[in-house]
Amino acid sequence: MTQVIELKGVAKRYGGADAAALGPVDIAVAQGEALAVTGPSGSGKSTLLNLVAGLDRPTEGTVTVAGQRVDRLSEHALARFRRERIGMVFQFFNLLDDLTVADNIRLPAQLTGTARRTAAARADELMEVLGIQRHARAYPGRLSGGERQRVAVARALINKPALLLADEPTGALDTASGQEVRELLVDLHRGGQTVVLVTHDLELARACAQRTIHLVDGHVAADTRAEPVR
Amino acid sequence: MTGFGNGALGRVVRSGVGRRRVQTLVIAVATMMAVASAVVAGSLMVATNAPFDRAFAQQHGAHLTAEFDPERVSDDRLGATGGLSGVTASAGPFPTTTISPVGPEGGHMPALTLVGRPGPKSDVDALDLKSGRWARKAGEIVLSSSFAGPFLELGSTMESSDAPGGRTLTIVGFAMSAGDSADLWATPAQVRSLVAEDGRLGSQMLYRFDSAGTKAEITGDRKRLAAAVPSGALLGTQSWLDTKRAADQGAAATIPFLFAFGVLGIVMSVIIVGSVISGAVGTGLRRIGILKAIGFTPREVVRAYVAQALIPAGVGIGLGVVLGNVLAVPLLEDTESVYGTASLSVAWWVDVVVPAGALLVVGVAALVPALRAGRLRTVDAIAVGRAPRTDRGQWAHRAAGRLPLPRPVTYGLASPFAHPVRAIAMVLAVAFGTVAATFAVGLTQSLNAVAAAQDPEDRADVTAISGGPGGGGNAGPVRTEKHRGPASGGQEQPAPADPERVRAAVAAQPGTASYYGVAQGDGSVAGVAGSVRIRLYQGDSGPGSFEMISGHWITGRGQVVVSTQFLEATGNRVGDTVRVTFEKESQRLRIVGEAFDTSDDGMRVHADLGSFATAEPGVFLIEVEPGVSPAAYAAELAEVVRPLGGDAIADFAGRGESMILVLEAMAVLLTLMLVSVAGLGVLNSVVLDTRERVHDLGVCKALGMSPRQTVVLVLASVTGIGVLGGLAGVPAGFALHGYVLPVMGSAAGTGLPPSVLDVYDTWQLALLGLAGLLVALLGALLPAGWAAKVRTATALRTE
Repeated sequence: MTQVIELKGVAKRYGGADAAALGPVDIAVAQGEALAVTGPSGSGKSTLLNLVAGLDRPTEGTVTVAGQRVDRLSEHALARFRRERIGMVFQFFNLLDDLTVADNIRLPAQLTGTARRTAAARADELMEVLGIQRHARAYPGRLSGGERQRVAVARALINKPALLLADEPTGALDTASGQEVRELLVDLHRGGQTVVLVTHDLELARACAQRTIHLVDGHVAADTRAEPVR
Repeated sequence: MTGFGNGALGRVVRSGVGRRRVQTLVIAVATMMAVASAVVAGSLMVATNAPFDRAFAQQHGAHLTAEFDPERVSDDRLGATGGLSGVTASAGPFPTTTISPVGPEGGHMPALTLVGRPGPKSDVDALDLKSGRWARKAGEIVLSSSFAGPFLELGSTMESSDAPGGRTLTIVGFAMSAGDSADLWATPAQVRSLVAEDGRLGSQMLYRFDSAGTKAEITGDRKRLAAAVPSGALLGTQSWLDTKRAADQGAAATIPFLFAFGVLGIVMSVIIVGSVISGAVGTGLRRIGILKAIGFTPREVVRAYVAQALIPAGVGIGLGVVLGNVLAVPLLEDTESVYGTASLSVAWWVDVVVPAGALLVVGVAALVPALRAGRLRTVDAIAVGRAPRTDRGQWAHRAAGRLPLPRPVTYGLASPFAHPVRAIAMVLAVAFGTVAATFAVGLTQSLNAVAAAQDPEDRADVTAISGGPGGGGNAGPVRTEKHRGPASGGQEQPAPADPERVRAAVAAQPGTASYYGVAQGDGSVAGVAGSVRIRLYQGDSGPGSFEMISGHWITGRGQVVVSTQFLEATGNRVGDTVRVTFEKESQRLRIVGEAFDTSDDGMRVHADLGSFATAEPGVFLIEVEPGVSPAAYAAELAEVVRPLGGDAIADFAGRGESMILVLEAMAVLLTLMLVSVAGLGVLNSVVLDTRERVHDLGVCKALGMSPRQTVVLVLASVTGIGVLGGLAGVPAGFALHGYVLPVMGSAAGTGLPPSVLDVYDTWQLALLGLAGLLVALLGALLPAGWAAKVRTATALRTE
């Protein structure tokens, strides 16, 4: 099976700290797999996600994502890598408040130079699928938390990324909205999308992922496989 | 928690200043530049405001300079005139005479007033010894500093006359008399010994009166003096009012220019300092909320934020005063040499008023947003930065998003609309910088045009002298036509050459491209009191024509061209006829043009030599053919005309008018400072903007915006501002030039020709408009680079 993510001996230290925030760890994620990364605060979950997304560089080890050595890429190449291969969903949505919902979703496509009409058509399609088309011309500040996260997911998917990274996607949502997002992620995985999910929420992990890695103090304490409980 | 020092408030202030280094630096540098330019502009405005009056007061100048005949009145009796009613101080008698020296390179200098004084100090007319020392022995002279230049320096020598046995005089010093009491000074014994050989001795007395403010008062003072000495003993007098009028005319021209720059500097300072401080306080609102949450009172918060602005601003203001003084010194030295005034320095009160004003502006600018911060509810203040932003600017993003441009560009273009006040401040800063640049470019070109138009005879390559009117004394390296001081004794002129033979020699000389003859002398015009300088041209005088304000240059007999001042003084207009008398011959001449000619107090007239039957040219101004060396040509021509009694001299490249050089230097310096301040204003605003949007930029980068696209986004955010600033600044600068130049001309007593007024080319204006964009882009470059480099993960964590 093709590996989408391959971390070998990866460690990350911040500043002059002796203790590593992460690792060294060896993790591989196969194409189409849904992985949940769990663990307490400060266990290295977000660091792991940042390294995979190319938002940060490892102190040691190699990070290969979708066949590319991410740790070796220049800033410019990393930007291109992110816009073409990675879709990201954040806890606090990270939508741009001064752009409409449709403009937020189109933004990554426009950064790649996708033709305006193509980007608009893809955004319309995603809004239709995610049930947010009526909000296309609204601004994010006027939407509920669940709706904003749907917009964020649509934005993450616009460039058809090889990998969807979700950092505490339900962390800022009420129960009902959290349930909506959970179902959305399940659907995406069913559709073959590779997903890496960082969460405190074990229920979410169980519902969305077939594999769970539990991090403690930067190390893999458990790597379990189980069919998602849906 | 009250008080600064090492208390909690002090720590908050220090950490605020230290942590926001860019902001602190921009506040310090912007205030420094603003204060420095205000000090320079202010001190120059003060220096050029009535420079004659200040120098005259400093030197205790003479209200009346009088020359007496020592054969009719004794020194004792002259000394006693100091005790006359109304005389408050006097100096003299000093022996005086008039000499016509020959300069270092053989050029005949005009008749100069020589006065014998034991030293520069005196109760009246205390001379300012600019360089060198006072004359101590025979053969040493001190020359008026207005003659100083490459041809006459310390150590240069001149002959007292061109007669056999003329004394060699060495220049040992340069001095300045605000009241223009003499052209050169020597020891009294030296003056008497020169007179013994050749010339007539006079006695100079210098007086100050208790009332000498008007022409009538001076006339009354003069009458009292004349009555106190034997009849005919008073040979002539010179009033300080005449000297002041001539001096003020030059200085007056600079005041509108400096005023324009001064106002620009002050307005820009207010805009920049205000926006910098408001922005600094505005972006710290969340921190303010935290301070209040932990127990700071609103008043303490206000004090902390005002202090955070005042500390770097205070440093900037202090440095600005120092920088302003350093920059002002060379400009003041130039001003001093141009105006011939006594030593100038930055007025002490400029160094007090400017920083005090700047502190006030900074204080008020910081206080307004700090008060807002103080009033803010703690919970709201903490929420700032987390809560969704207002709806401002969303329409702009919608509109920009439709533009067929890359997304980073359209996103950047719409950004300024989120902070309209900040954007307006940036537009104003760029606009004022562009105004300054546009005005300075126009002014520099106008000044160059003035320099080119002022002395058309300087365009000649070679001058051939035949003598007679306008001959000898007007040629050679020293071209000055100064004839000052009281009535002079008659000097015998060398026998002139036959102008016709000199003209024929010029015409026959190989290499002659064109030439025309000039005769010059004093004459009169009916209705004009006193003498008028008359310049007559023979042949094609086109190359020596003045720039015309209206009408045309003389094309034949019966025509006369005059200056603006002449028209104003006589009430005539182009087309009118005036009666001109030259060497006892009177002719009615029609005014065919108004020339841009400010020499001889603007009262010189130009006519065709053929209008006066007896007039003969004194010099021939020659243009040589391309490729011919003027020096070689002059040497060859001199060989031919010297035996005839004439001479030929190659004209040196005229030095730039020092007044013009000073104005140009001032314009360049002030413009650079204003443009730098404008750039810093943009820099600061973009830094604030980038800081506020760092999280959004982090999101964009996480979504795949490359560093280059980030730079493009930030630069695009100031593009509209730069374009708008340029579009507003260029016409405003153009209009300012169109307004100030005629005011400068009017202050100098002349209209200005189109060559001086219409100086902008379309391409220049387009480039100047782009300069506004360039200032904005340069100002944004640094924060754009910072935005591109900031780590995405860090930016995403930033709230």
